[in-house]
Amino acid sequence: MKSVIKVENLVTKFGSKVVHNGVNLDVKEGQIYAILGESGSGKSVLVKEIIMLLKPTAGDIYIFGKNIKNLTSKEVQKLKQEWGVLFQFGALFTSLSVANNIAFLLKEYTKLSKKMINYIIDEKLEMVGLDASVKYLYPHELSGGMIKRAALARTLALDPKLLFLDEPTSGLDPVGARGFDELISNLRDILDLTIVMITHDLDTIHNIVDEMSILADQKVVAEGTLEEILKSDHPFVQKFFKNEYVNKRLKNV
Amino acid sequence: MSFINYKTVNKNNTTYLYCYGSWRVNTIDKVEKNLLKLKISNKLVIDAKEIKELDSSGALLLFLVQKNALESGVNAEIVNLTPKQERLLEIIKSNFIQESKPFKVKEDFLADIGRSTVDVIKYLIEFIGFIGELFIRTLDIFKKPRNFRIKETVYFIQSTGINALPIIGMTSFLVGVVIAYQTIVQLSKFGADIFVVDASSISIARELGPMITAIVVAGRSASSFTAEIGAMKLTEEIDAMKTMGFMPFFFLVIPRVTALVIALPILIFFSDIVGIFGSMIATNAQIGLSFDIFINRLYEVLALKHYVIGILKGPFFAIIIALIGVFHGLRVSQDTESIGKETTQSVVNAIFFVIVCDALFSVIFTELGI
Ligand SMILES: Nc1ncnc2c1ncn2[C@@H]1O[C@H](COP(=O)(O)OP(=O)(O)O)[C@@H](O)[C@H]1O
Ligand SMILES: [Mg+2]
Repeated sequence: MKSVIKVENLVTKFGSKVVHNGVNLDVKEGQIYAILGESGSGKSVLVKEIIMLLKPTAGDIYIFGKNIKNLTSKEVQKLKQEWGVLFQFGALFTSLSVANNIAFLLKEYTKLSKKMINYIIDEKLEMVGLDASVKYLYPHELSGGMIKRAALARTLALDPKLLFLDEPTSGLDPVGARGFDELISNLRDILDLTIVMITHDLDTIHNIVDEMSILADQKVVAEGTLEEILKSDHPFVQKFFKNEYVNKRLKNV
Repeated sequence: MSFINYKTVNKNNTTYLYCYGSWRVNTIDKVEKNLLKLKISNKLVIDAKEIKELDSSGALLLFLVQKNALESGVNAEIVNLTPKQERLLEIIKSNFIQESKPFKVKEDFLADIGRSTVDVIKYLIEFIGFIGELFIRTLDIFKKPRNFRIKETVYFIQSTGINALPIIGMTSFLVGVVIAYQTIVQLSKFGADIFVVDASSISIARELGPMITAIVVAGRSASSFTAEIGAMKLTEEIDAMKTMGFMPFFFLVIPRVTALVIALPILIFFSDIVGIFGSMIATNAQIGLSFDIFINRLYEVLALKHYVIGILKGPFFAIIIALIGVFHGLRVSQDTESIGKETTQSVVNAIFFVIVCDALFSVIFTELGI
């Protein structure tokens, strides 16, 4: 399988504070890939570096085989249309209705007619499990789960190939969270997406994640499928996966 | 590269729609309009064999073409899809909603007028309610002085008062200079140059000093009160405070009002001095009137009452500015846009009501003969 994201020897420092010191990871096409780690281990910073919101101190990041350091601004612009980012709290534009949030990218990057855009909006809202009437509402009129779904609909507007999700199920009720898992996994199957997510949700990890990496001690201390990860004896892995509660739930792994 | 195309062929009483290339959201815009207008009189076969890439919007378009044909009573099918594309189309189909209203709802003009009118009335009622609550909370403080937050109040005296000194000094000085210049030009026509002292000092002490100060403070502090409190509202800080049993009034409102009531008269006092100083400099530069003579004349003409009237306006202006600033902050709803809107409104309303209040004072003092 082709590699979609490759991170090599990534170093990140904020002043004298070292967040990453030699991070390596490899996300393959079509995977649902999770990044795990304690709070403050640098997961969000890592993702922000991959999506070019932050510059790493040293190291290389390759996306679709190209080093992002060497991209021209035109290529960067193109790349940004090929990925979608779902922020932890949705980051919907508060001054726009849900419909206009979704239409925003479509109006900016395509010349589709109003009618077609409207069809696409309905389609995306249904796809993420929201009622089409939600489109008239403004973000502050939505609940947390609805915001996540609406934000996902916006992220999907341009049918990205690569999706970044920051804690997609946090703040959702358990039923909603499992529904969201299913949705993400379905989207991956139908739309051939590659998905990178930050998550703490054991059920998500168990149900839909193909491979993951564990961020600790400024490095990736384990990478692979759940089975492979469970072989690691790093304290974080022990603490996170090998307590009694988890043992019961992951019995069948 | 990413191209999109289609070709229609009529054969055996059937229209074949051959699709090529990449059917993606950013490519279908070139053909979408024509395809949706496609008129077919017999049978339609959409052949997807040559489609290289199909995303959900592309699939939606295929589906719409098929649907249009079916609705006009023509038999239509889509053939040669890969299993994956088949599944995508299936999902598109199941998610499709028949009646889709466009998402822009146009407002009725009359409804607009009605809504704005109701909004203004609501605003006034809310504001009166707010003043009432402030009054009651202030009484509470007299009963239970422990609720008075000295630390916050001192902080706001610093930020609204002391930090405003430079800008108020500059503005007052310049206004003083301008007033003296303009007055001299007129008075010298009558050879009554010395009266420049009367004109500038009385107008500055009674009117201009308080007004300039109030306007600058309205611009600086009403806006910052609104933005600060609005941001707290947005992050649910104020709700958090309430759940902990703290009264936002004691923490947010009363310290700001008190601070401004203390700071504004002092700022006016300062503005008067700098303004008259500006006039003195300008007079000296223009007609060579020495500082001694200017100050002696000042003693004779600037009665204490002019000064006191000016400074007395301070607390009233302060209450207007602080109340409007805080009130608009509390009106911020859940979206970031409303912070901007409320901030603008709070500054505009604060300045407007300061001027209204000043006009009232003018009438009252004139009637009283002061
Ligand atoms: N802009 C920044 N400036 C300085 N330090 C930062 C910045 N962003 C993040 N950090 C630090 O980097 C570390 C990793 O943060 P983050 O990636 O947000 O953690 P998490 O793994 O919980 O997402 C934290 O210790 C945080 O304090
Ligand atoms: Mg984080």
